[in-house]
Amino acid sequence: MSNTESTTRENTLEYSIGLGDDSLMLGQRLAEWCRNAPLLEEDLAISNVALDFIGRANMFYEYAVELAKVTGGVFKNQSVDDIAYLRDSREYLNLLIFEMPIGDFAYTMTRQLIVDLFNVDYFTALSASSDSRLAAIAAKTLKESKYHLRRSHEWALRLGDGTEESHTRMQNAVNELWGYTPELFEMSETELALLPAGISVDRAALFDTWEARVSGILNEATLDHPPGDWQVTGGRAGVHTEYHGHLLSEMQFLQRAYPGLAW
Amino acid sequence: MALLPVTTHDQLIRSKARENSLCPQIWALLDTVTDPEIPVISIWDLGVLQDVIEQASRVEVVITPTYSGCPAMREIEQDICKTLKRAGYSHVEVTTRLSPAWSTDWMSKQGKQQLMDFGIAPPTPTWQVRKVICPQCASTDNSLISEFGSTACKALYKCNDCLEAFDYFKCI
Ligand SMILES: [Zn+2]
Repeated sequence: MSNTESTTRENTLEYSIGLGDDSLMLGQRLAEWCRNAPLLEEDLAISNVALDFIGRANMFYEYAVELAKVTGGVFKNQSVDDIAYLRDSREYLNLLIFEMPIGDFAYTMTRQLIVDLFNVDYFTALSASSDSRLAAIAAKTLKESKYHLRRSHEWALRLGDGTEESHTRMQNAVNELWGYTPELFEMSETELALLPAGISVDRAALFDTWEARVSGILNEATLDHPPGDWQVTGGRAGVHTEYHGHLLSEMQFLQRAYPGLAW
Repeated sequence: MALLPVTTHDQLIRSKARENSLCPQIWALLDTVTDPEIPVISIWDLGVLQDVIEQASRVEVVITPTYSGCPAMREIEQDICKTLKRAGYSHVEVTTRLSPAWSTDWMSKQGKQQLMDFGIAPPTPTWQVRKVICPQCASTDNSLISEFGSTACKALYKCNDCLEAFDYFKCI
């Protein structure tokens, strides 16, 4: 095995973990709405979307597990559950927007709109990856994200252009979340290393389309585009917000209390 | 003008795999394995079963998941193993194929009829405008209640004629 080949495999492993962590964190957050949503239909909808995110995390981790069999390293001999549930905060590579709390319903739906819009373009690009496994996961995920977007788009319009109360809450949510959006378009070193071979997606290249589309929707929903005068990053390097540890303590409880527990 | 029946390339590959198979008896056995959440439809009619390969004493069953987070998939895997082991196949392996991604276009005509009889409006082919038919009274005058129904694969509708709420198998 050549040196470059093994480096590529290690990078692909880390790339898969990062994408898996993004999905797992948001899936876990959305699951918090289960039995707490404002109406039964929403309860079902959010829980279904949560399952889609947890399912895609599972697919990325499964690939990581297979790669780790060859690369060795920290994930060698680990299971999908080990990767999902037994790391500490600094070892998770998710972007910060995915770990933020659920807030109110407006906040949750605003994040979904931001993320779904991004994901549709991201997974469209990843489905053309030269890594056939990543391409297959992306193609599957893309179909679901398109469906998710239909709903988050509708809610953004309904709440943004709704009552005074719903409009205010939506505007607050947009303002509070905006500083976490630049990180979606920031390339990590791993992603940059995988770019020339066509394995990873060039996030930066997705910005203009996303910005145009999200601005259009904000406008349609009578919401103001935030000035974008602040931003926070660090998730891919394992530096998280204060909310991350709380999320992990709830998510990991079962595996920590009953090691090796399986369904 | 009547719509011509269209078969996608993926559909064609799937049906050829079954037609040209050297082990039709295994495919027939697997016709008894159903979706645990919609027990009237077999995994073949649902479009989940892709291929069956028999080599010496080993049987490999290839399936494609419907939704990434669908909890029924694991149960389907177990049911496949159970069914084949009961029939005397001792070494059964279920493998998951992600690409091409599952599409409701793979659902068979019979499968769609079974859904309808069960009270779930079947999916519209993805290349057509969505047309939802009430499984109770066959009316096409209905309204969407929610994009997400009782499981990941369904949306919730209400019939404007008979006023019944019903599930629609959403097309992806
Ligand atoms: Zn009806």
